[in-house]
Amino acid sequence: MEYVIIGNGVAAIGAVEGIRQWDAASPITIVSAEPYKVYGRPLISHLLAGKIHESDIFYRSDDYYDLRGVKLLLGMRAVQILPDKRKVASSDGRMLPFDRLLIATGGIPFMPPLPGRDGPDVYTFTTLDDVRKIEVLIGKAKKIVVIGGGLIGLKVSESLHDRGIRVTVVELADRILSTAFDPIAGEIIRKHLTEMGMEIILQNSATEIVRENGHIRAVIMSDGTRRDCEAVVIAIGVVPNISLVEGTGIKTNRGILTDDFMETSVSGIYAAGDVAEAHDLLLGQRRVTPIWPVAYLQGQYAGFNMAGAKIAYRGSIPMNSIEFYGIPTVSIGLSNPVGENYEVRHMYLPERNLYRKIVLKDHLLAGAVLVGRIQRAGILTGLILNRIDCESFKEELLKDDFGLINLPVEVRKKMLAVNP
Amino acid sequence: MKRVYPREEVCIGCHLCEIACIVEHSASKDIIKAFKAETPRPTARNLVEEEGAISFSVSCRHCNEPPCVQACISGAMVKDYQSGVVRHLEEKCMGCWSCIMACPYGVIRKNPVRKTVIKCDLCPERPIPACVEACPNRALIFEER
Repeated sequence: MEYVIIGNGVAAIGAVEGIRQWDAASPITIVSAEPYKVYGRPLISHLLAGKIHESDIFYRSDDYYDLRGVKLLLGMRAVQILPDKRKVASSDGRMLPFDRLLIATGGIPFMPPLPGRDGPDVYTFTTLDDVRKIEVLIGKAKKIVVIGGGLIGLKVSESLHDRGIRVTVVELADRILSTAFDPIAGEIIRKHLTEMGMEIILQNSATEIVRENGHIRAVIMSDGTRRDCEAVVIAIGVVPNISLVEGTGIKTNRGILTDDFMETSVSGIYAAGDVAEAHDLLLGQRRVTPIWPVAYLQGQYAGFNMAGAKIAYRGSIPMNSIEFYGIPTVSIGLSNPVGENYEVRHMYLPERNLYRKIVLKDHLLAGAVLVGRIQRAGILTGLILNRIDCESFKEELLKDDFGLINLPVEVRKKMLAVNP
Repeated sequence: MKRVYPREEVCIGCHLCEIACIVEHSASKDIIKAFKAETPRPTARNLVEEEGAISFSVSCRHCNEPPCVQACISGAMVKDYQSGVVRHLEEKCMGCWSCIMACPYGVIRKNPVRKTVIKCDLCPERPIPACVEACPNRALIFEER
């Protein structure tokens, strides 16, 4: 058996670890365009902020690949997949034969058409190389406009602000963090970031990047106002990096479609991570869930099944744990559900920046948002994933010291007595 | 692997397991010094939950498919497939709290001193974890299941 993995992010590592639980010896080859061993991608904001060193960013030990019999082809791009020949062509002209292939090419930043976009000093923020490029601005640029008020936009803004740059965030929606958060949680964080000195503009968008002699001078907003700046970071979102499968017969929607075993429409070829559209536990449909823990898990299940284990992936739920200038936040599952049939309860203490919200559907926990105090948040995650009936203790879920003791005794005993 | 299993029907909520854990993870390994002289006082890696007559002690389950390891963004949480222990490499921890978000038992806590988390390490220097040995009621069982 020969395994090839395209991409070297956390989904690839999940796959290596999944494969090796079932197949200790068969050769694995990883081909990756990025020239680095696997690194903690979400840590790039810590790196830009100057809180960690570049050597701290690596996710596994230096001998990780060697110890697991993984051949690493870094700085090399997979240029074509030949499903019939069971080969992958790489940018250096090699043909890599495979019996099982994993496509884990991740996401790429979405770049909106915008006058003035093409040219120097327009950045994205998803890779270690992006940090190296932006790092050049530190100490030189005074003002930067960040387009997009989602997680990536706000984290890059916080890091730039930490390094002494004045930041303006422009967000099209009426609130920041509209994917992961609800209006109250978004407002707590918006207010906090504003108090820390960042400018956040809502319900507005950039319509033009103004350049003089090629250099960025300002960004013009849709309401006609203008923000002077010397650089722009575009952080509107990432889209699945599916260009490699065009023309291969591998079916795609937004991402590469996968079945319950993370296999694509072509037998023996799997997909995982930000590029994959996989079963979503709460929505009961296939969906791209571009977050770190899901990428690992999908990679691991792809790995299990590439090695022949035939174990179905239980499905993803979105979850994010992010701290904004000392305020910890966690959002899990459906944090802001649309439609009826949801029972939503919350506890909000604005003066203490404390917020806790739970979302129930048909007696089951479907989502939660925690701001300010996040301890033991995972118990809620477990209730969602394990489809535990919460009806008898739903009043307790809003307590910020909610614990296993609040669960029905038979549920708790089962949890704690069995081999996990 | 051997794990620590609580038995709530005989737990009296005496918290001796927490005290034993604090002493075991102190610099001096001496109960008086650990509580009176070491600043900051070491943190217990287990947790006694109690309400009325119900109480039990919980700590890391060292899961076979650990959600904390899957969620960790820095590689600080690792599963040692030889021993089965889920290890936390503190020097790699960034304090992002992803593991706290993922752990269904709620047994990973913030380190009160550093911006990292703290959890049970199954007492690597002992044949039986300190909490199990300290329990007067056999409300913590260390065994293979």
